[in-house]
Amino acid sequence: MRVLLMGNPNVGKSVVFSRLTGVHVMSSNYPGTTVGYMEGRMKVGEEMADVIDVPGTYTLDPTCEAEEVALRMLELGDVVVNVVDATSLERNLFLTLQLLEKHVPVIVALNMWDDTRHRGIHVDLKRLEEELGVPVVPTVAVSGEGIKELVEAIPRAVPGAHTQRSRDERWASIGRIIDAVQVVGHRHHTVWERLGDAAVQPVTGILFAAGVLAGSFLAIRLVGESLISYVMDPLYNALWMPVAQAVSDSLGGEGALHSLLIGRVSDGTIDPVESFGLLSSGVYVPLAMVLPYIIGFYLVLGILEDVGYLPRLAVLLDSAMHRIGLHGYAIIPTLLGLGCNVPAVIATRILESRRERFIAATLVVVAVPCAALQAVIVGLVGDFGARYVLLVYGTLLIVWLVLGAILNRLTKGFSPELLIEIPRYRWPLFGPVMTKLWARVRGFLREALPIFFASILVINLLYMAGAFDTLARFTAPVMTRLLGLPSESVVALAVGFLRKDVALGLLAPLALTANQFVVASVVLAMFFPCVATFAVLVRELGAKVTAKAAVVMLVSALTVGALLNAIL
Amino acid sequence: MFRWLRRHRHTPSYEGDILPLTAMRPGQRGLIVDVKGGRKLGDRLEALGVRPGRRVTKVSSMLLGGPVTIEVDRSQIAIGHHMASRIFVDVSVK
Repeated sequence: MRVLLMGNPNVGKSVVFSRLTGVHVMSSNYPGTTVGYMEGRMKVGEEMADVIDVPGTYTLDPTCEAEEVALRMLELGDVVVNVVDATSLERNLFLTLQLLEKHVPVIVALNMWDDTRHRGIHVDLKRLEEELGVPVVPTVAVSGEGIKELVEAIPRAVPGAHTQRSRDERWASIGRIIDAVQVVGHRHHTVWERLGDAAVQPVTGILFAAGVLAGSFLAIRLVGESLISYVMDPLYNALWMPVAQAVSDSLGGEGALHSLLIGRVSDGTIDPVESFGLLSSGVYVPLAMVLPYIIGFYLVLGILEDVGYLPRLAVLLDSAMHRIGLHGYAIIPTLLGLGCNVPAVIATRILESRRERFIAATLVVVAVPCAALQAVIVGLVGDFGARYVLLVYGTLLIVWLVLGAILNRLTKGFSPELLIEIPRYRWPLFGPVMTKLWARVRGFLREALPIFFASILVINLLYMAGAFDTLARFTAPVMTRLLGLPSESVVALAVGFLRKDVALGLLAPLALTANQFVVASVVLAMFFPCVATFAVLVRELGAKVTAKAAVVMLVSALTVGALLNAIL
Repeated sequence: MFRWLRRHRHTPSYEGDILPLTAMRPGQRGLIVDVKGGRKLGDRLEALGVRPGRRVTKVSSMLLGGPVTIEVDRSQIAIGHHMASRIFVDVSVK
């Protein structure tokens, strides 16, 4: 048996899914968190069933790619659990009636049932069941209330017996049902609602956004730096350093195996960043330098997502983003890109047109540095002073704006306008925020760490084989004349294809000046994305569009690098 | 009388009580009477519950041609400026 979870965006399908299957999936308080589908298993009676979390959709007549996915999934299901926002019954019932007209077995989960009480909404459940002709179960997915009853009701799902209606007939039926089952009492605005409205008013909204962004930035730094200085550095120095030292000593401090494992040793000390061995930099850079900022970033992002602030930021930035061919909602993939470009490229599915997806994805890949790269930028460039870090960020922001404006002119077609539902604010719950953080950190550890070690290994082997000397000699004119960097730094650009954090780390022993470091960081950030991002770009946009994006990257990276070199 | 004056000071270019969303004041209520534009636009709006016959409250509009935020059926929806200028509301219906 295959159970589909379907419903409007942001009604809590993913939370219901996690409750049913025990499989954790990303859930946030904004429409479009789920853009692909997730599969899990659950027990219905004695039988095991597959459960699929389908992307949210308002209608079975799709208007964007995520909704098309939803429609295709419908053919695969045996039972549909239609998750409905009980506080917005009227709009949610449109999809419900469409499902009932398709004659698939349906059961309705009236989610956020607790919210109806404080919002003065009364729904007559029995009457609603009669009107729809299928079981209706009230649920509160975030607390787990009603989930057991929902599972027990799944075998009672019956195919909808509604005849095909025209759209107007459907709305008329909904009107009748609502009049029969729902009574709305009067009630005052809550503080949350006033805060919500303030965030979408022009003046207060800008102040609000400035406060949120400044607060987020400080919080990420606080978490990242505290973890580094009070946890990771002491741990590394006390526990791991002696091990690395012992390995180095037992290998006699030199030889091929020594350079592979420990790397270069200067003055008898193993520098955790510059040595570049598997057991030295291979451990220190990802775990003590990058991981703390990954934790800081995803903690703050998770809270912002669950509160429901991001769609309001989209409203605020909408008119500015139209100038770069996007509408405000494209800020969500962009912010995700500050963590990792891979989920950011996938998240561009919430945008309606191919043109917008191309612009948004290209801008993310070119001008939005991932958390791992940022951690190394802050760590290495920050040594020269905060203003150099600001210079890197400022340059990338200008690139994002200018390149966006250029792509907007050069790309055919026009971009549709913003049309989104703005969710109510909710208190972020500690548990869900932590599980989400852990899922993302685990993703980093599982997917990034192996590539990280592999890149260090490959770099060391290629060094030994002398492959980089040839490359450096070949590209020297571009590197030195155009970018003002030592010819060896081309190695970093090549390695950037594997992992950008490793790549920037490679520059540490080259004794670059502050300005050279700024140029190198910017070029590295803009140049080809890492292999994981590249793969997902091909999958999401196709080889042809990726090739187009690659040309944009190459040209813009070299142009901006040369300009920076000329100015600084 | 003062209310009448105020309304018409803010919306000088529209006759009577039918205004586009963009010309409404924040907090003003009304009944959606018409959505002008292509079928596709109508479909997208309708899926979100924005269609003729629905009561609407304007929440805000952003400066410089930014989106208009409205409340329909207790949910808030942000609509791009151009799209919002094609949704007409009868503000005499409270």
